[in-house]
Amino acid sequence: MILKSILATDCGSTTTKAILIENIDGKYRLTFRGEAPTTVEAPFEDVTKGVLNAVMEIEELSGKKIIDGENIITPIKNNEGVDIYISTSSAGGGLQMMVAGVVKSMSGESAERAALGAGSIVMDVMASNDGRLPHEKIKRIRELRPDMILLSGGIDGGTVSHVVELAEILAAANPQPRLGQNYQLPVIYAGNKKAQSEIKKTLEKKVDLDIVDNIRPVLETENLEPSRDKIHDLFMEHVMQQAPGYKKLTSWTNAPIMPTPGAVGSLIEMIAEKENISVVGVDIGGATTDIFSVFQKKFNRTVSANLGMSYSICNVLAESGLDNVLRWVPFDIDRKELTNRIGNKMIRPTTIPQSLEELLIEQAIAREALRLSFKQHKEFAVGLKGIQRKRTISDAFDQTSSGDSLVNMMDLDLLVGSGGVLSHAPRRQQSAKMLIDSFMPEGITQLAVDSIFMMPQLGVLANIDKEDIGEEARNAALEVFHKDCLIRLGTCLSPTGTVKDGTIVLNAKFIFQDGKIIEKELRRNEIYCIEAKYESIQVELTPHKKMDIGSGKGESIKTDIYGGLVGIILDGRDRPIQIPSDPTERLSCLKKWSEALNEYPKKA
Amino acid sequence: MAHSYTPGLKVLKSTIVEKVRRLPIKGKVTKSVGDILSPDDIVATTDLPGNVQIIKIASMLNIGPADIFDSLKVKEGDHVKKGDLIAQTEGIFGFFKSELFAPIEGTIESISDITGQIIMREAPVPVEIDAYMSGSVKTVIPEEGVAIVTNAAFIQGIFGIGGEARGNINILVKDRSKELTENLINETHKGKIIVGGSFISLKTFKKAMEIEVAGVVIGGFNYYDLEEILGYKLGVAITGSEEINTSLIVTEGYGNIQMGKRTFELLSKHNNNFVSINGATQIRAGVIRPEIVIPLKENVLDVIKTSDSNMGIQKGSLVRVIRAPHFGSMGMVLELPPELQKMESETMVRVAKINVDGNELTIPRSNLEMVETD
Repeated sequence: MILKSILATDCGSTTTKAILIENIDGKYRLTFRGEAPTTVEAPFEDVTKGVLNAVMEIEELSGKKIIDGENIITPIKNNEGVDIYISTSSAGGGLQMMVAGVVKSMSGESAERAALGAGSIVMDVMASNDGRLPHEKIKRIRELRPDMILLSGGIDGGTVSHVVELAEILAAANPQPRLGQNYQLPVIYAGNKKAQSEIKKTLEKKVDLDIVDNIRPVLETENLEPSRDKIHDLFMEHVMQQAPGYKKLTSWTNAPIMPTPGAVGSLIEMIAEKENISVVGVDIGGATTDIFSVFQKKFNRTVSANLGMSYSICNVLAESGLDNVLRWVPFDIDRKELTNRIGNKMIRPTTIPQSLEELLIEQAIAREALRLSFKQHKEFAVGLKGIQRKRTISDAFDQTSSGDSLVNMMDLDLLVGSGGVLSHAPRRQQSAKMLIDSFMPEGITQLAVDSIFMMPQLGVLANIDKEDIGEEARNAALEVFHKDCLIRLGTCLSPTGTVKDGTIVLNAKFIFQDGKIIEKELRRNEIYCIEAKYESIQVELTPHKKMDIGSGKGESIKTDIYGGLVGIILDGRDRPIQIPSDPTERLSCLKKWSEALNEYPKKA
Repeated sequence: MAHSYTPGLKVLKSTIVEKVRRLPIKGKVTKSVGDILSPDDIVATTDLPGNVQIIKIASMLNIGPADIFDSLKVKEGDHVKKGDLIAQTEGIFGFFKSELFAPIEGTIESISDITGQIIMREAPVPVEIDAYMSGSVKTVIPEEGVAIVTNAAFIQGIFGIGGEARGNINILVKDRSKELTENLINETHKGKIIVGGSFISLKTFKKAMEIEVAGVVIGGFNYYDLEEILGYKLGVAITGSEEINTSLIVTEGYGNIQMGKRTFELLSKHNNNFVSINGATQIRAGVIRPEIVIPLKENVLDVIKTSDSNMGIQKGSLVRVIRAPHFGSMGMVLELPPELQKMESETMVRVAKINVDGNELTIPRSNLEMVETD
């Protein structure tokens, strides 16, 4: 069934964003978008008001009638309304969860992965071996007041007592939900099957208990789906019902409302699977930075809850240290003056950089926020821990163990950035440079930004679970993702290895579709940019014998790459990028790298 | 007429302030609608469940979890005193018995033969909520708390630390551009809310803390000095639960910035009056700014004056620049051009043209704050 028009909204903490997707000549395209302030809080206390305002903006721009009184018209009748309406939500602080597992690095980590994958913020991970005494854990649970708790622990048939102990701690804490005092806190048990009856006995009277399949039935397997699905169900049934206006919103939508990051994650997962690529997606917001990745077909999401560009900007400074921020600032500034300026951005989060100097400072902080978030992501996106592996004599000198990071930058195919500082940077070169400086891609990596952060809406569209429209909705989501959502910046080519300064690290030959050929020798510590639009370009890459561009040291590659609004960026800097500590040298380096990309107006 | 919505901080000479005073869990409300309250009056009480202690009976007595009922001398619901015998093994021929005594006074909440442990709960902890400000009870939220209203002058700061405090206002500077220096504070300010002008240094604030001044209201403070007061780097502006004697309310921002004229004048007008303040700040969705509530003598039913900022910035509005460059400058809006304009940073934004001391400046509207006038 062809969908003529699809309306999708994302109710964020501050803004509700609506998009209209229409089928034009057999192709799905984003046609109009509108936004309005979110109305979850006083004086409105009804999320649907903000939704209607955002949709009204679309009505005005498109000249189409979508709303009838205080309702969205679905399906289309007499050329009015839309075929389907769907929504995501992160308003009111999103979904806040606490998870618990017996061993922190095993069931605790699996539970955290399930909760994050479902789109929640994990407030704390409690485990039998987390070093806290029972009364400390009880105090913490009482203080946190999460929306939901996921309890796991033990493999099926294993020891019962540890996970029951955790349940006893939960029962003793008698946790209260964050929103509303009139319902019991939802708790999902996803642990050892053998302990189910004891868990029931311990918790049934105190909380609203749901039991699903074990998250870690055997050590070697992680089974996240049942927990993730249950989190989504409970999010709709309990948490959303407490938030003002959501009952009405739920009655309007043709598919369950998803937590915003859950929808983004599921879209990225789908794209990686369909195109058989490794992807990293990042959304840097005012308060948090979300990172999604798919490596070796495994999806991971992390939320760096206090790394953001406005509300949490001072925390970036606190966590990275002033020196790490300052190393990216291409001019001299008094340290105290800088901290006061950053502090003022935190307390007046809606202000924007007017002067170039202010922009440079913000983008320096963004680099650190992204770097730290990605570091946290790499530490979390690991293989399962606690698995015994057969080792041969050849492994004896290999120090790897279970739980290695799945993130391998040489394998990364596509890096997508979103969030104000990346999507709305005055020059696209700035977005590309911030992504490269903080993620430090290796080998051949395509770069893109999400133009208006419509991944949440496309994610929920891709997740419609209805026989008659599900497949078509997925196709629509994919088409719009490629055509309208992503702004292609280009491709970064970065060989890795260790050579002396001044050495040629890469010889590259580009054959364009119009027959034009460009050859370039890239030296260590040099950046070079070739203008190239978004089309397939043949490339022959020959790295120095000690350098690797993807096939091993000194191994050449012939492949096709894509240009974009910035072009092809050859990055000969070390990994990690080395910035000189000498102030004059540092400024000269930053200037040279920046000019290579035409990153800023000449004044900088 | 073109206008732009720019949130300004409230500085109101007379308004109706409503505060909801709510218990963390359900309990008993002790006041009724219409009751006249002073700040220290208790409006609701409850008992928080007592702390729990988990006692690992099986491992301490070296027995299997399933056998603990054979050794226990207590059952669920029993009240025991500290030192009471709670478990004892049979020993061998009546000898070598192991015994366990209650480590705290409390109630046996649960016993588990799966984990081999018991949970003891201490006596409930009573919690009381006071009125915080003088006023009258407008509504009662059954079992949860009350809403209190009062006719008051009301001032919001931009950022604060420390929770609720109250006391008489003392203006310590002659001019709003003057720094609040160490020599201006003395023992007589204990329990008072002191008001300075443009800035307070770390050293001076420490002196205020030593003297146990109830609160400091000031134009500016250094961000990097917060660490020494709080003991940690403040990463996000969510405050209010800091355990400090002296609450701090910053009205303008970080750095040395003279206090807003209207704020300073309103505070000066109420010099020596009794006020309630709260440094709690939450700069997230659901923003909470620190506040100063100055209850007025007049009847609650007086005409309510609302903030001008609700109407947004218009031609002729008095505004303040809240970001560098020109941070702190005040001016009059000359024009609000509808089209986007390119800034030096190349950001395309909606702007306002303002007159600052005879000079015309073009400033992004997002970087302006309304200064309210009567």
